[in-house]
Formats: sequence, structure tokens, C-alpha cells
Amino acid sequence: MPDGTQTLPVSTQDLRGWYEQLLVIRGTEKAAFDLFMSGLVKGTTHLAAGHEGVAVGASAALRPDDYVWATYRGHHHAMARGLSPEACLAELMSKGTGACEGKGGSMHLTYAPGNMMGSYAIVGSHMPMAVGSAWSAVLRETDQVSVAFFGDGATNIGAFHEAVNLAVVWKLPVIFICENNLYMEYTPISSVTAVEHPAADRAAAYSLPRIVIDGNDVVTVRDEVGKAVARARAGEGPSIIECLTYRHYGHSRTDPAKYRPEGELEQWLMRDPVTVLRDQLVEAGVGEDELTVIEGRAQQMVTHAVEAAKAAPLSDPREAFTDVWADGGSQWRT
Amino acid sequence: MADLTYREAVAEGIAREMRRDPSVVCLGEDIGAAGGVFKTTQGLFEEFGPARVWDTPISEQAIVGAAMGAAMTGMRPVAEIMFSDFLAVCWDFIANEMPKVRYMTGGQVTVPMVVRTANGGGLGFGAQHSQAVENWAFTIPGLVIAAPSTPADVIGLMASAIRSDDPVMFFEHKTLFASKGERPPEGHMVPFGQANVVRAGDDITLVGLAWSMPIVIEAAEQLAAQGISAEVIDLRTLVPLDASTVLGSVARTSRILIVEENPLQGGWGGTLASIVADEGFYDLDAPVKRLAAANVPLPFATHLEDQVLPSVATTVTTAAAMVNS
Ligand SMILES: Cc1ncc(C[n+]2csc(CCOP(=O)(O)OP(=O)(O)O)c2C)c(N)n1
Ligand SMILES: [Mg+2]
Repeated sequence: MPDGTQTLPVSTQDLRGWYEQLLVIRGTEKAAFDLFMSGLVKGTTHLAAGHEGVAVGASAALRPDDYVWATYRGHHHAMARGLSPEACLAELMSKGTGACEGKGGSMHLTYAPGNMMGSYAIVGSHMPMAVGSAWSAVLRETDQVSVAFFGDGATNIGAFHEAVNLAVVWKLPVIFICENNLYMEYTPISSVTAVEHPAADRAAAYSLPRIVIDGNDVVTVRDEVGKAVARARAGEGPSIIECLTYRHYGHSRTDPAKYRPEGELEQWLMRDPVTVLRDQLVEAGVGEDELTVIEGRAQQMVTHAVEAAKAAPLSDPREAFTDVWADGGSQWRT
Repeated sequence: MADLTYREAVAEGIAREMRRDPSVVCLGEDIGAAGGVFKTTQGLFEEFGPARVWDTPISEQAIVGAAMGAAMTGMRPVAEIMFSDFLAVCWDFIANEMPKVRYMTGGQVTVPMVVRTANGGGLGFGAQHSQAVENWAFTIPGLVIAAPSTPADVIGLMASAIRSDDPVMFFEHKTLFASKGERPPEGHMVPFGQANVVRAGDDITLVGLAWSMPIVIEAAEQLAAQGISAEVIDLRTLVPLDASTVLGSVARTSRILIVEENPLQGGWGGTLASIVADEGFYDLDAPVKRLAAANVPLPFATHLEDQVLPSVATTVTTAAAMVNS
């Protein structure tokens, strides 16, 4: 049991597994973009390409029975908790095999079997819910931990502050993980925020330590989240962790992200979580041929997912009238 | 059996469920040792302790959001929002989260929770502490809406609300807190979607909810003195809406007057009236009528409030005109 200060061990086997996970998520995000461009995905998507290190690193520090809550930019979190790329893409394509039977779409991906409790499209709304699942774990006397992933923009909404305060006052096992990608939709977070680090610099107001880490390094994320998990399980209460990262695509849909200064994306691509982990594998002595095998396997998995999602039928039109109530139906009057 | 007040019935209804089911927990502002601003949670903290009755900061979003997260992970939280006007502060959770999460996840999660709140006018609290807002909730598919008018119904509907696997908005009425009624036996339950025919009659159907029930009951009494026989229906829940009881009544009386506390503009009676107009049209001998609050903010002074809200007198006059025309 880590005591909250030790660094966790890393095996080459761990690195391989995380690398493949990163690649599968990245490939799925790319596929989602291509499917959107070819008109097969309706509505909108908020792709997490570039953010995968946060999801893979954090989930490596969690148990399967821990709870995870995400925003509308949540494909990576659903997949890191076990949602298949096929169920993800099928949902985006309104298919019956989609994670939410076509009633959620990209912004509401949920994978309850992995205790991934949903993706929420009202900025900040899921943060009190994560406090609630942490409260529930205390009430039920389990040692489950809850994690809320959120954007830098969410730190300026009331629900964030209400959630963090309540979590501290009630000393709940919840970890607030900010994916600071420098932007809200199209406006830099720095231009609308009173502090430099939107999440970490607010921590002191809630008697929490200031933690800012490299969100593009899976191992760093795993280690820092691991420490917070150990504190939470030991009954020492919540943590805020600000992960610095960057989204490779625009905010949503086909946003060309013209508001970015020239060269910014290129700089961040050099710190792409996939590249960072690949370099670590090479350094650990994993050969090019083995990496190629992993990369091929991930690519194949995504290709198969795209084909299967394309081939699946649309969800049953009757699904529109199911699942309003717990009895499965939608009846509201006699 | 001894009587109890509506106010005591709230605490009693919650306590009965907490005794039965250890997953029932309460949270809200001043609900613990203080017993609630309206004393509707009096005794719960003493009986169940701080592990089941939790005082919160003034954080309505965190209260309802945390209740949701707990509900989705194995608990049955009962959240108190002190005044129903404050629901506007956490409206995201009431409108966008609680009622939608089951649907938008394709049924992967359920949200067995209750949001209780003190609703309505009559106590001279002014425009921000007196609104009847059950119609706010009524615009949102996915919320059960209960609004009891008697202590026995408070206990019976509370049992249904807490045992329900769906999110329930539970409107307790401020002017009814001091009213008394029979203490129902242990195990008393009132199922959702079953209107109560409080009084049988032949000439006109009077429909009310919570605050308007004492008004329509007294109006029926006065109408009887004029030789008019009014049937009185307490809807008890807006969702599920017991339209068939109302339609069945109208089929016999051929007239319906709906008496609401919420504003005419957007009030729940509009939906009920449209159902009656649509499905009961050929039974009607008079236009469907509604009495509701005037479309102004609720004023502070009692004599001004009286101008705005329906009354026994307006109910009697309107009903009599409908029957005698
Ligand atoms: C309450 C609310 N306000 C505004 C929006 C519109 N909106 C959607 S995403 C977004 C930007 C959020 O930025 P951030 O929290 O940094 O997350 P990111 O998209 O960068 O992951 C905005 C303003 C919303 N969904 N909810
Ligand atoms: Mg951002």
C-alpha cells in the first residue's frame, strides 16, 4: 500500500499496456474525426486527442470499483475505463450497439460496468456528483475513490467551488483532476481567470496543496494520482491535481482553432503523450519491432471498430421512449 | 389514533423510511441539530445521528449534485432545498441532470433520490420566498412531482418517494405545515399517480393540489349550501398525472374548474385543461376553467397577496356561474 509519498513502481509491461491504450484511444479519436468529416457522425464531438495521457495515467492508479466522472470531452475517460472503441464510435453514429443506445452521443458517453458514471455537457455539473459518489462510498463504508475530470474553464463556475468546499468539509475521497489545455472553447483561460493556474491556484482557498503536473506523461500522472488515491483511501480527504495538456484538434466539430498562436500546436506535438511514452519504452530497451507490433495491433483494433460500427444498424426507433423511468418506460399520465 | 401536524408528518415520513432502509440519508441546510428552518426534520438528527443526517454549506448545487452522485451509487438521499424559490440556484441539476441522466445513458444508471422543498405563499415572505413553483418542475420530462395536502398524504407519498427509483420533487406547502390530520398507520403508502376523490359530486369537478385543496374543499361546502354538488379531486402528484380519474369525473359532472396556486401563465392546470379539452370535449357542458395566481410576482403584504391568489370566494363564484349558465 503506497503511503502517499512513495513513487509507484513501473514495469516495462505496464508501459507497454499504457502505450497500447494510448494508441487505441488516439486511433479512435482520429476515426471519430474522419467519420464526422464524412458525415457519418451527427451533432458534435469534442475530441480528446492530446489529452490521453491524463486518462490512461489516472486510470492506471485506480481500481475497477472506483468512480470516474467526465465532461463532454470524455471519450478517453470512457475508453480508459473499459468502453470499447466500437461502442464509442457506434454511439457517435447513432447505432444500436452504441454505449447509450443512441440516446447520449459523444457528449454523454457512459460506461457503468467500469463505474464510468457519465459525461456531462453542462460545464462543472458533474463535480458535485463526484462528491456524491465519494460521500456514498463513505456512507457504505467501502474505500472506493471518486475522480472528476474537468477542463480549465470549469474552474470559474460555481459548481466547482461548491463541490470542492463540500468535499473538503466532509473530508471525502474524491480527486478533482483538471485537464488544463489552455483554452475554453476559443478563448484562452488566462484571459478570464484571476490566477495563473486555474485549478491549482484555487486549492489554497480550500486548504489543499497546489499541484501542477505534466499531463502528457502517463507515468507522472499515474504517480501523482496514485498519491492522491492513497490519501483518499486513507481517509485524508480530497485533492486537486492540475494536469497541463493540449488538445490537438479544435474545440469541437470542425473548429480549425485559428485562435492559436502560430507554432503552439507544433510545440505541444513534440510533447505528445504518445511520443513521450514511446521514448520511455525505447529507453527501457523495448525494440522498434516490438513497438511496431503494438502499433499494428492498436491500429487493427480501431479499424475493426470502425467497420463494426459502420455495419451496425441504427438503434431501434422505439428506444426514443425507453429509459426515462426506472421501470424502463416513459409513461407520465394515466 | 392521535393527530399530527403536516410539519410533523414530514419528519415522521422520512423517519419511517430511515428506520426501514439504512441507505436513506438526509442532507440540507440547517436540517441536523437545528431540525430544519421549518422544523420539518425535527428529531431526525437525534434518532439517526450525524452519519445519516448531514448539515451542508449554503451550496444548493452541491446539495442536489451530491445527492445525485450518491443516488447513482447505491444510496437513497433525501435532499432539502429550504425554500422552493432556491431551486432556481440549482436548476441545472433539477432540469438538466437528475431527469436526464438515466435516459441519456441508455438506462445504465438510476437516480433514486428525493428533493424536498417548502413551497408556496401565504406567510408574507415576499416575492423571493413565496412562489409556488411546482409548474417549473412540470415543464421537465423525467421528474416525478408530488405535492401532498394532508399529513397522511405527506407520510404516504414520502414513502413512495423515498422507495422510488426515479428522481422525485417533493413539494411541502408552507401554509399547510401547521394543519392537522390523522396519523396514518405504520406502512402507510400512497402510490404515485392516484388522485384522491375527496368528495363525490354530480354538477362540477373541482381539481386542486396541495395549497388549493383546503380552498376547493371549503368551496364545495359552500356550493352545497347553494344546491350545487361539486366533486373534489386532489391530484396529489402532477407526474404521474392521474388524468383518467379527472376525465372519469368530468364524464359525470360535465364541468371542470381547476384551482392552482402557481401563475396562470405556465401553470400545471394548462396541461390538465388541454387533456380535458382534447379527450373529454364531448362530455363538457361548459368551457374548461382555471383559477390560478395572477401573472405578477407574489407581493409581500397580505392584502396584496389576497388580490393575486385564488380564494374560496372566487372559486365559489366561478363554479356557480359555470353550473348556472
Ligand atoms: C454551463 C455551461 N456554459 C457554457 C457551456 C458551453 N461550453 C461548452 S464547452 C466550453 C468550454 C469549456 O472549456 P474547458 O472547461 O476548459 O474544457 P475543454 O473544452 O477545454 O476541455 C463551453 C464554454 C456549457 N456547455 N456549459
Ligand atoms: Mg480547456
